[in-house]
Amino acid sequence: METLLGLDYNVWWFLVFGAVISGYAILDGFDLGAGALHLLLKKETSRRIALNAIGPVWDGNEVWLVIGGGVLFAGFPVAYAAIFSAFYVPFMIFLVGLIWRAVAIEFRSKEPGTTWRLTWDVVYSFSCIVIALSLGLMLGNVALGIPLNAEHEFAGDWLSFFNPFSIMIAITTLALFMMHGAIFLAMKTENRLYIKLNILAKNFAIFFVISLGVSSLYTLLYIPHLSDRIRSNPAYFIIPLIMFLAIANIPRLLQRGKFRYAFLCSAITIAALLATVSLEVFPNLLYATNDTRNSITIHNGASSLKTMKTLLIIAAIGTPLVATYTTFVFWTFKGKVKLDEMSY
Amino acid sequence: METEILARIQFAFTIAFHYIYPPMSIGLGLILVIMEGLYLKTGNKVYEQMTRFWIRIFALIFGIGVATGIIMEFEFGTNWATYSKYVGDIFGSALAAEGIFAFALESGFLGILLFGWKRVSPRVHFFSTLMVFLGSAFSAVWIVVANSWQQTPAGFHIVGEGLDARAEVTDFWTMVFNPSSMERLTHVWIGAILAGAFLVLSVNAYYIKKKKFLEIAIPAFKISLVVATLFSIAQFFAGSISAEGVAVNQPAKLATLEGHYDSSSVADMYMFGWVNQQEQKVYGVKIPGGLSFLVHKDFKTPVTGLNAFKTDERPVQVNAVFQVYHIMIAIGMAMIALTIFASYRWWRGKLFETKWLMTIFVWSVLLPQIANQAGWFAAEMGRQPWVVYGLLRTSNALSKTVSANQIVFSLVLFTLVYTTLLILFLYLLNKKIVHGPVDYDEKDAIEEGSRGENPLLNH
Repeated sequence: METLLGLDYNVWWFLVFGAVISGYAILDGFDLGAGALHLLLKKETSRRIALNAIGPVWDGNEVWLVIGGGVLFAGFPVAYAAIFSAFYVPFMIFLVGLIWRAVAIEFRSKEPGTTWRLTWDVVYSFSCIVIALSLGLMLGNVALGIPLNAEHEFAGDWLSFFNPFSIMIAITTLALFMMHGAIFLAMKTENRLYIKLNILAKNFAIFFVISLGVSSLYTLLYIPHLSDRIRSNPAYFIIPLIMFLAIANIPRLLQRGKFRYAFLCSAITIAALLATVSLEVFPNLLYATNDTRNSITIHNGASSLKTMKTLLIIAAIGTPLVATYTTFVFWTFKGKVKLDEMSY
Repeated sequence: METEILARIQFAFTIAFHYIYPPMSIGLGLILVIMEGLYLKTGNKVYEQMTRFWIRIFALIFGIGVATGIIMEFEFGTNWATYSKYVGDIFGSALAAEGIFAFALESGFLGILLFGWKRVSPRVHFFSTLMVFLGSAFSAVWIVVANSWQQTPAGFHIVGEGLDARAEVTDFWTMVFNPSSMERLTHVWIGAILAGAFLVLSVNAYYIKKKKFLEIAIPAFKISLVVATLFSIAQFFAGSISAEGVAVNQPAKLATLEGHYDSSSVADMYMFGWVNQQEQKVYGVKIPGGLSFLVHKDFKTPVTGLNAFKTDERPVQVNAVFQVYHIMIAIGMAMIALTIFASYRWWRGKLFETKWLMTIFVWSVLLPQIANQAGWFAAEMGRQPWVVYGLLRTSNALSKTVSANQIVFSLVLFTLVYTTLLILFLYLLNKKIVHGPVDYDEKDAIEEGSRGENPLLNH
C-alpha cells in the first residue's frame, strides 16, 4: 500500500475529514450556541448585539459543513451514501433547521415590529437548538454504530436512533455549544451584557460537564467498542486529559476576564472530544452493530488511490487559502460589537 | 417505481428552487464589481449608493441560495445513495473542490462586503466584492463539471460489477475537461450573468417608470443594459456551440430536443411545435433541414433519429423535452431583440422616453429565469433514462433503504418551507426595492447633487 510520510492515504484523508468536522463544530458551534441561548437575552439591543457578533462570520462558518460533506463524499463515498440514507429523517430535520436559522438571521432585522422580531427570535433560537440536538443525535449514532447489511446499507429502523446513548450525546452537544457560544459572545460584548454572558457561560460549563460525565460513564460501562482502545493503551489517555484540563480552566479564565483564552479552551474541548470519539471509532467510519464484517472502514468505504491523491493536492492548495482569508475576516471584525446602519 | 418518481420530483423541485438564486448571485456579483469599480475610479457617490443598495439585495439572494444549496449537497446521499457510491470518486472530488475554492471564498468575503464598509479601506472592500464574485463564479465551475461528466463521462474506468460497480478516476484533467464541460460551463455562466443583469434592469426600469431615484436608476440601468446586451448576444453563440456538442456526444438527446424519430430523413429545426409521440411526428413551424445543417453543415444529410435507439435507452417524455428546449431558445432570441432594440434607442437618445419599453423591462427579470430553468430541464430530462449517460440508469441510482413514505415526508416538508421562503423573499425584495437605493442619511447629499470626494485620496 502506498503511503505518504508513513501513513497511507486513507488515514490522511480520515484526518482531513476529522479536521474539517472539528473546524465546523468549533466555528459553527459558537454560532449555534449563541442562537440556542438567544432567548435568554431579554433586551432588543442585547439580541441585536448577539446577532451582529456572529453576523459577519456565520455564513463562512457554515461552509465548513459543506466542505465536510464534500470531503466525505469524495474520500469515503460508501460512508457518505450509507450515513445520509440511513439518517434520512433526522438529517432532513437538521437541514430544515439550517434553512430556518439562515432565514431568521437575515429576515429578523428587516422589519422593526416587535411581533415580527419576536417571531424570528423564536424561530432562530429554536432552529439552533434543533440543529445542535440533531447533530449530536447523529454523532451519537455514528459512534455507537448502526445495523448494516452486506452492501453497507442501513438495515434497521430509524426510530432506533433515539437510544439513551445518542440522546445523551445530543444533550451534551447542545450544552457544549451553549457554553462555547456564551464564551464567544462574552468576548464580543461589554458592560452588563458581558457580565450576564459570563454567568451564563459558567452555568453552561457546569451543564456540559455533568452531561459529559454521565455519557462518559455510560460509555465506559456499557459500550466496550467505544472505550477499548483508550483502556488498552494509557498513552491515548492524554487526549481526554487535555479535554478535562481545558474545561477545568474555563471558569478560572472567565473569572479573570481572559475570555480569549477561555474561548481557545472551549475550542480545544470540542476538538479533543471529537478526537477521542475518532480514536475509538478508527478505522471504522460506521460500525455495524449486527455484524462487524459489514462495518464501513476507511479502506472498504474509500475512493480510489488516485482520487485520494488528487484530493490531498486540492486540500494542500485550498487549506492555506481558506485559513488566510478566514483569519483576515475574523481579524477585520475583531473586538467588541458596535451597531451601525448596516447591522442586523 | 414509486420511490423513483418521488425522488426525481423531490430532486427536480429542490434544484429548480435553488437555481433561482445562485445565477442571480453570479450575475449581480459581476454588476457589483463594475459598479464599485466605477466608484473607486471616479469617487462619485452615485456609484457608491448603487453598490450599497445592490449589496443588500445580493445578501438576501445569497442567503437563500446558500440555505437551499446545502440541501442539494446532501440530497445525493439521502435519496441517491447508489448513485453516490457509483460516482463518489468523480463527483465527490468536484464537490470538495467547490467547497474549498468557491464557497469558502464567497462566504468569507461576504461578511466584509456587508458589514465591513467602515472597517476596511475602499480598495479592500472592492477586493472583497471581487472575491465574492469570483467565489460565486467558481462555484458554478465544479458543479457544472460534475454534471457534464454525467452527460459525457471521460477520464475514468469502471471497477467491480453489478451492485458493486463504480467509476474511478483514471485521469483527473480528462475528467474535468470532459467533452461537454467547458461549453456547458460557458453557457451556464452567461445564463447566470443574464439573470443578474435583467434583475438590475427590471428594478431600475421600475424606478424610471415611477420617476423615482432617477440619478441612481439611470446610470444603473445603463450599466446593466450594456452587460445584458453583450451577454445576450454571446449566449447565442454559446448556446449553438453547446447544441453542436450535444449532436456529437448525445445523439439521443439531440433527437429528443427536436422530436426527430426517423434516422433516414433530413432533420428539421423547429421554431415552435408539438410532438405527437404516437405518430412520431412534429407539428409546428420549422426551418427545413435546420438540424441537419447544425449537425452536418448541410441541409440534406439525414440525422440519427430516436428510433435508432432501443426504447429503454432514450427519453420517454419527448414532447416535454421538446417544449422546454424551445421555450429556452425563444426566450434567448427575445432577450437579444429586446436588448439590441433598447441599446439602439439609447444610441438615439430616446431610451427612457418610451414608457412601454420600460414596462417590458420591469417584467424582463422573468426571461432569464425561465430560460435557465427550461434549459436545465431540457438537459436533464433529455439525458434520461440515464443518470450517468450510457452507464448508470436513474432507476438504479436510488437509495435502497429509503422508503416512499420518507420521501413524501421530506417532500411535504420542503414544499412548506420553500413556499414560505419564496413568499418571504418576494416580500423583503419588494420592501427593499420600494425603499430604494438610498440610505436615509445620504439621501440629501445626493439630491443636492454633491459629489463625494475620491476615497482613494482620503485613505
